[in-house]
Amino acid sequence: MNKNISNEQLTIKDFTSDQEVRWCPGCGDYAILKCMQRTLPNMGATPENTVFVSGIGCSSRFPYYMSTYGFHTIHGRGPTIATGVKLANPDLDVWLVTGDGDGLSIGGNHMLHVLRRNVDINILLFNNEIYGLTKGQYSPTSKQGTRSPSTPYGSVEAAVSPCEFALGSGARFVARTVDTAQKHMPIVFERAHQNKGASFVEIFQNCLVYNDEVFADFTAKDVAKDRQLLATHGEPLIFGKEMDKGLVLDTTSLSLKVATIGENGISKEDILVHDETNRMLAMMLVSLNPPEFPMVLGVIYADPAPTFGDAIREQTAEVRKKKGPADLNNLIRQGRTWEVK
Amino acid sequence: MNVPVNKGAETAKHFEEAEEVVIRFAGDSGDGMQLTGSQFTASAALAGNDFATFPDFPAEIRAPTGTTFGVSAFQINFGSGEILTAGDQPDVLVVMNPAALMVNLKDLREGGILVIDTGAFTKRNLQKAGYDENPLDGDSLARYHHIELDISSHTLEAVKEFGLSNKEAIRSKNMWTLGLMLWMFGRPRQQIIDWLNDKFASKPDIAAANVAALNAGHAFGETAEMSADLKRYHIAEAKTEPGTYSTVTGAQALAWGLVAGSQLADLPLFLGSYPITPASPLLHQLAALKEFEVTSFQAEDEIAAIGAAIGASYAGSLGITSSSGPGIALKGEAMGLAISAELPLVIVNAQRGGPSTGLPTKTEQSDLYQAIYGRNGDAPMPVISSRGPGDCFYVAIEAVRLAVKYMTPVMLLTDGYITNAAEPWKLPDATKLRSFPATFATEADGMDENFDKFARDPETLTKPWVKPGTKGLEYRAGGLEKSFETGHISYDPDNHQKMTDTRFDKVAAIAKDIPQQKVYLGEDTGPLAVVGWGSTFGPIDKAVKQAIKEGKKVSHIHLRHLNPFPENLGKLLADFDKILVPEMNMGQLSTVLRDRFLLDVIQLNKVTGQPFKIVEIHGAIDQALSAKGEK
Repeated sequence: MNKNISNEQLTIKDFTSDQEVRWCPGCGDYAILKCMQRTLPNMGATPENTVFVSGIGCSSRFPYYMSTYGFHTIHGRGPTIATGVKLANPDLDVWLVTGDGDGLSIGGNHMLHVLRRNVDINILLFNNEIYGLTKGQYSPTSKQGTRSPSTPYGSVEAAVSPCEFALGSGARFVARTVDTAQKHMPIVFERAHQNKGASFVEIFQNCLVYNDEVFADFTAKDVAKDRQLLATHGEPLIFGKEMDKGLVLDTTSLSLKVATIGENGISKEDILVHDETNRMLAMMLVSLNPPEFPMVLGVIYADPAPTFGDAIREQTAEVRKKKGPADLNNLIRQGRTWEVK
Repeated sequence: MNVPVNKGAETAKHFEEAEEVVIRFAGDSGDGMQLTGSQFTASAALAGNDFATFPDFPAEIRAPTGTTFGVSAFQINFGSGEILTAGDQPDVLVVMNPAALMVNLKDLREGGILVIDTGAFTKRNLQKAGYDENPLDGDSLARYHHIELDISSHTLEAVKEFGLSNKEAIRSKNMWTLGLMLWMFGRPRQQIIDWLNDKFASKPDIAAANVAALNAGHAFGETAEMSADLKRYHIAEAKTEPGTYSTVTGAQALAWGLVAGSQLADLPLFLGSYPITPASPLLHQLAALKEFEVTSFQAEDEIAAIGAAIGASYAGSLGITSSSGPGIALKGEAMGLAISAELPLVIVNAQRGGPSTGLPTKTEQSDLYQAIYGRNGDAPMPVISSRGPGDCFYVAIEAVRLAVKYMTPVMLLTDGYITNAAEPWKLPDATKLRSFPATFATEADGMDENFDKFARDPETLTKPWVKPGTKGLEYRAGGLEKSFETGHISYDPDNHQKMTDTRFDKVAAIAKDIPQQKVYLGEDTGPLAVVGWGSTFGPIDKAVKQAIKEGKKVSHIHLRHLNPFPENLGKLLADFDKILVPEMNMGQLSTVLRDRFLLDVIQLNKVTGQPFKIVEIHGAIDQALSAKGEK
């Protein structure tokens, strides 16, 4: 995160490139792109100090549509390039755009390490539970039984849960949003940007062509309010059309349960209050799945720790202080030397 | 114990003069042979000898003790003349156990000195080494001047006053042996004593025991009436160029050269690397140089290592990545990205025996195809190689220069031998090296309507280096083909042809910017040229020198630049009747030369994991000269 001071107020136009956006009509990516272009000026970002790095896949075309600096790299390796960019110039705002295949299949190893190192970048993982650009094969986040060209009889593998993976990898910031959530997506982006360290954001993104309505069980208009819970730090974990449902902790099974306020003697005070610095709670929240539970969105975990870059620079400064000014001639002469006359 | 320690304090009259001597220390991996060898090397360096070393150790960190595959050896060739190889055959072989004898005896020259620690020749050790009978009993060693000493018990005796456990005490037997060897060559001990005291500063008992063992070994030579039995050699100082010298390994010189290169280019250095044998020493070296604007990043894998280096270059640093063949294979796709995005990058490959995991600790030159061709698509990349440890310094600077000037990844080839071997190196004055500062597009360029960030320099064909943070020049890099004019994604067929041509022309243009190929030794034309690259320099040069001395017409051509070749190379080679190419691979340079210049070459290939012997190349020279027919 960096504060960029600018005299003039930048607008959405300043972050929009002249390139024609080439996602399928109706793709969830459009909404995410617009939201980013709209939100960046509010964060104090500037095009020259912002870098969008991506891997390969539909979502990874993102940098071309931003008028910032950008690097469309190779499949799965975005986190590595972003790490190099950020270490080389800590003043840059580095965003990584990736997908479920790019970020959790071919690039899963890099995702693990960029999170555990706490490199100060913002990671947007567009999860559509399918390989779109290669025409619809199942992905590592596809639900078991997904029929696709490569799994005509249904996939037999268990899926990976991105936010659980992130927390397990040691991420210090984990948030979740939906491509259609134009109200709360900007807030998540701003929070991710503010967080110093690796910020992991999973965005449920609908692939109209190969996996339409895969998230309908919690995003469809008729069920959304009853199946989505927007977590807010310090507020009770309440949801539902009438805002009468909430999460309570069952202390005997050490698990979360849905309770209805006003039923069985449950009052608002009995509902768990969200504490985004509580890793255990975060782990429980990201493992809840509809329809039994609501899908928890918002900033689920935020407990900053020193960043990789800061740690390196701190150590380097210490070494420099101790060793004094660097001199190559001294360095190569520091061992046993002898004179030939 | 008070001992004379000054150089020359021991008179030369008991010594037999020798021009050069090859010693090999061989023992179990746990016997400390690499340490013994490197300390003996230091003593040779301080005595003003020229030298070359060859550390040869097993891939296992601690292979089962006493086995033949756990044998570790260190060979040093030192002398008063020019030393270019670690020597064909040891004159002196020191073996610390039966397995070391089993593995190494075949290399000892007939009549050579064989020093044996009989204390380690137990029934069990003999069995483990595969001896049915004790070789010390029969007359199988009669061809050698063998000296049987119970080094183990001599050592235990020497260190008993320190109250160490038997296991700890016996560890000093390498120092006892070293002491004896120092006596044999009339070498001072003080610097090694200092080194031991420094190394074991926190364990004074161990330090004292090692010093005692060293002194005891030396005293043994002095007092045990061995003089009749054992020749002592005096090796005069080598006549070398005046200057300040130090002992360097390839990894050291390479690290220093990369730092020098980054300073000359005025760029912070970013190394992304992943541990792999035999390339890791470079990572270790650079990781310790934080005061030199060096960021070293040990990545999660080979791909992440190059990825981070590319990211750093994109952001305006000098990205470097280092590995060995298998790791280089993993980096292939990312190299293509750096070529496509036109970013500077130095890729160091310390070659080892292949394919697959191959021979991690043994040397080979079999990644030349990989370096020149090993990427998807038409992906040309400059390739240069180092011929020895000290040369790594200059090759590293050249790699950085080309990468920055031509905005391209450059492959720098060394090998396991060069990385670990040591030689005396005349220290350069770093302030006198010619700089080549990198230039970046500026904010002023960003405000200049006429500035075109995709316009190419007519000579180098490079675009300006635009780094993020520069206002007004925002652009999107990437691996998808880009328009020559606008830098946007382009699938236009003519544009792809044009961009591919540009990438080729850019690398080809480097041929004009590198020195013309010279003949290193011999005439510029004649019946035979021996053409080599990389670490075969030493044995080729010695063999050619020998042949010339014998009146044979032969020349030595050593290639540093392997892609592109120097402009005049084709013509130069055509002026020889025959071309002999010795390589530690199955003929990779040979086929590249045939391909580029349509000329035939005679191949001499060796892939045993060991460097060429002078005699092998000399034999091939004779054969090529005597064989009938022109090329």
